[in-house]
Amino acid sequence: MDFPIELLINAIIAGVLLGGFYIAVTVGISISFGMLDIVNIAHPAFIILGSYLVYIVNSTFGIDPVLVGLLMLPVFYVLGAAVYQVYYLSFEKRGQEALRGLAFFFGILFITEVGLILVFGVDYRYAEAPYIGPALRFAFVDLPYRMLIPCVISLLLLAALQLYFSRTFIGRAIKAVAQDQQALSLMAANPVRIKRIAFGISIATAALAGAFLVIIQPVEPSVGREYIGRVFAICVLGGLGSLPGTVVGAMLLGVVESITATFYGPSWAPAVAFGFLLLTLAFRPAGLLGR
Amino acid sequence: MTEPLLKVDGVGKRFGGFVALDGIDLAVLPGERLGLIGPNGSGKSTLVNCICGTLKNESGAVTFDGRKMDGLAAHQRTILGLARSFQLPRPFHSMSVADNLRIPLLYAVKARAGAALSSTQLDEHCVEYLRLVGLDHKARKLPRDLTQVEMRKLELARAMAAEPKLLIADESMAGLSHSEIEDILKLLMQLNARGITIILIEHIMSAVMSFSQRLAVLVSGRKIADGDPQEVVRNPEVEKAYLG
Amino acid sequence: MRSRVFLIVSIVAALLVLALTQAVANNYLFFAGYVVLQFVVLATAWNILGGYCGYVNFGSAAFFALGAYTSVFFHKTYQIPIPLLMLVAGIVSGIVGLGMGYLTLRLRGSFFAIATLALAVVLQTLIINWDYVGGSRGAYVIRPNTIQVFGMAIPYIEYLFLLMLLLAVAAIVTARMIERSRLGYGFATIRDDELAAEAAGVPTLRLKLIATTISGALMGMAGAPFPYYIGYLEPSSAFGLAYAVNAIAMPMIGGTGTWIGPLIGALLLGTIQQVATVTISSAVNLLIVGVLLVAFVIIAPNGLVGLVQQRLRAKER
Repeated sequence: MDFPIELLINAIIAGVLLGGFYIAVTVGISISFGMLDIVNIAHPAFIILGSYLVYIVNSTFGIDPVLVGLLMLPVFYVLGAAVYQVYYLSFEKRGQEALRGLAFFFGILFITEVGLILVFGVDYRYAEAPYIGPALRFAFVDLPYRMLIPCVISLLLLAALQLYFSRTFIGRAIKAVAQDQQALSLMAANPVRIKRIAFGISIATAALAGAFLVIIQPVEPSVGREYIGRVFAICVLGGLGSLPGTVVGAMLLGVVESITATFYGPSWAPAVAFGFLLLTLAFRPAGLLGR
Repeated sequence: MTEPLLKVDGVGKRFGGFVALDGIDLAVLPGERLGLIGPNGSGKSTLVNCICGTLKNESGAVTFDGRKMDGLAAHQRTILGLARSFQLPRPFHSMSVADNLRIPLLYAVKARAGAALSSTQLDEHCVEYLRLVGLDHKARKLPRDLTQVEMRKLELARAMAAEPKLLIADESMAGLSHSEIEDILKLLMQLNARGITIILIEHIMSAVMSFSQRLAVLVSGRKIADGDPQEVVRNPEVEKAYLG
Repeated sequence: MRSRVFLIVSIVAALLVLALTQAVANNYLFFAGYVVLQFVVLATAWNILGGYCGYVNFGSAAFFALGAYTSVFFHKTYQIPIPLLMLVAGIVSGIVGLGMGYLTLRLRGSFFAIATLALAVVLQTLIINWDYVGGSRGAYVIRPNTIQVFGMAIPYIEYLFLLMLLLAVAAIVTARMIERSRLGYGFATIRDDELAAEAAGVPTLRLKLIATTISGALMGMAGAPFPYYIGYLEPSSAFGLAYAVNAIAMPMIGGTGTWIGPLIGALLLGTIQQVATVTISSAVNLLIVGVLLVAFVIIAPNGLVGLVQQRLRAKER
């Protein structure tokens, strides 16, 4: 049989590029769930919100989507800090985060999706930029720019965050709060403030991820829900809270999804991520790299 | 030579790179009163967690009443007669004090006794344990309406209500007044007189010394002394661990 | 009130409801009433795992859809009467609930919640790719106009309404029985402090599996008559947003501690939504539910029942 080796290689490379994008999508959850133990299932909602905001600015003013994403970073940071404050006062302080916190984020996820449907309808929206369309070509290998650019910037984002968490005082305080809140408060740092900063960063990444999303594919409000499984699957696969683990998990998922879509059709793709998640939770909840 | 009721053989437990327990050997004879002391962070609570099944030990074995505890869940060990109180009280906050005591009776004791335990008998036992710790006047209150001291008593009572063969009391006396400590000690002695083996984990040396028949010392995950209380406290290594 | 007495009282209440519908003789009442009763079952079922045990299930739609698609499967293979379909759907959903529980309940509650989301999507993807039950194109289920019950011909929608009413009674009676039993105490300890529960001799894993099985089974049973109610079943409606959010919002707004909360939540929200869908739009109506959920969770975490209990306690002092 003539094994379609070219198809396979392209699928793998597409998967790697996709994986790069998934890093941007997941890094926020690595912070909020991995480090802060906050189950923010509404994270994809913030990403989609980012996508739509990028779409509006891009289609109205013609500004490059990645640039819009970067400009929105501080806006989303503030949004994240505000959401955390509500979360903390309503749930964490009272020790109710298990049931009520989850319901809270679910409600936000839901409100965002329905709100977007009401404002924008269910039509697909997409961004316009000169690099959406053309691709880099090496022999038979296709590297679409719209996948390549998000992938590269995602890796840079991850590297920047890794530096932040290991070199700056606040970054290390965030890692410390993940381990032991009491010890942190003894160090005269306010754990609540540290967590608020971390959550703000987590949501800020959603702005950038949203920009990438609307570049890579057309979006409509329910797209967010597909990403919930992906995001948590990558997070759990890579080991909670580990940024390098996020890279491994994201690449693995990207490649597997890409191969599945290429050889079995795209309608099976959502099941891949969620199936991965279920299997990982069942058999190796500490992740491939363990913690 | 009597068979020990609880035998801990080379139990080890790590958390990532940190070695919490480094090969602990311990044997407790039936009816014995064992005291377990050690500085903070020495691994006492981790040892209790491994014995009771709340945590899984990576190496070594725990044998209780002649049975290997490997792979048994915590609730199964409680049903077999091994009960513990938690260092920081963990009451069931949505139910009354009396109902808190019903739970071990409904589950651990009933699982053991089967149909032989009627609901009237259950209620009687519940009242009895409430009276033993002096909480019968607060039977219908919720845990959040209790004082710190009363919460500790509830915690201990809940372990007692599981009607164990071996009861591990984990720092039940912290913050209590002198007379309250006396009350708890008297209570534990009463239980011991009924045949219940007791492991007392405490920082309050006077209580430990007056209560224990044997004393074990844990430092940095290792047992450094085990024997007659008077001799153990004179052991230079023990002195160093507490003073040096 | 002893359980037997409560059962009789609820059956009497159900008969009263039935008599009322006959007196008002408006067909629309049956259509709307069916949906409200369906939510009573879903909310009560969700609460057994969510409210009693503290384990949040985001995938209620999956179990509901499983029940609906079991019906479609049998409709295409070998037709059986709906009550029997409900039983079969209950068994199927119960087994899936058990299986999912076994895979994920040994982990923390937050992992379980995420897993339930994952399950919903996996099931939806499987159904979309399964052409026998219609796949993404959907399946038509023709329902007859009337049906013979005890020799009388009654309109089909009334028959469906009656079945759902009976299921609602069964769900509520079951929930109440659990609450007052040894099982219910065990569930509460899992919610309050699972570690302490284990130490007290409660077999937490076994109890959680019982909860997921019962909860899943009831949801599946609620889904079984749905294809007959709606006539055309396709994945996006079966796995729809409305079920996921309502199954959570109704118990949380009504109150998660007892069987009364989900009932009140379902009756209240269900009725509001029926009115809103007709007068405003279905999207706005869902938005309202979402906003109410968030508002209640922040301001009144014990729901309407909790607010009433607070008032009563304040009056006592």
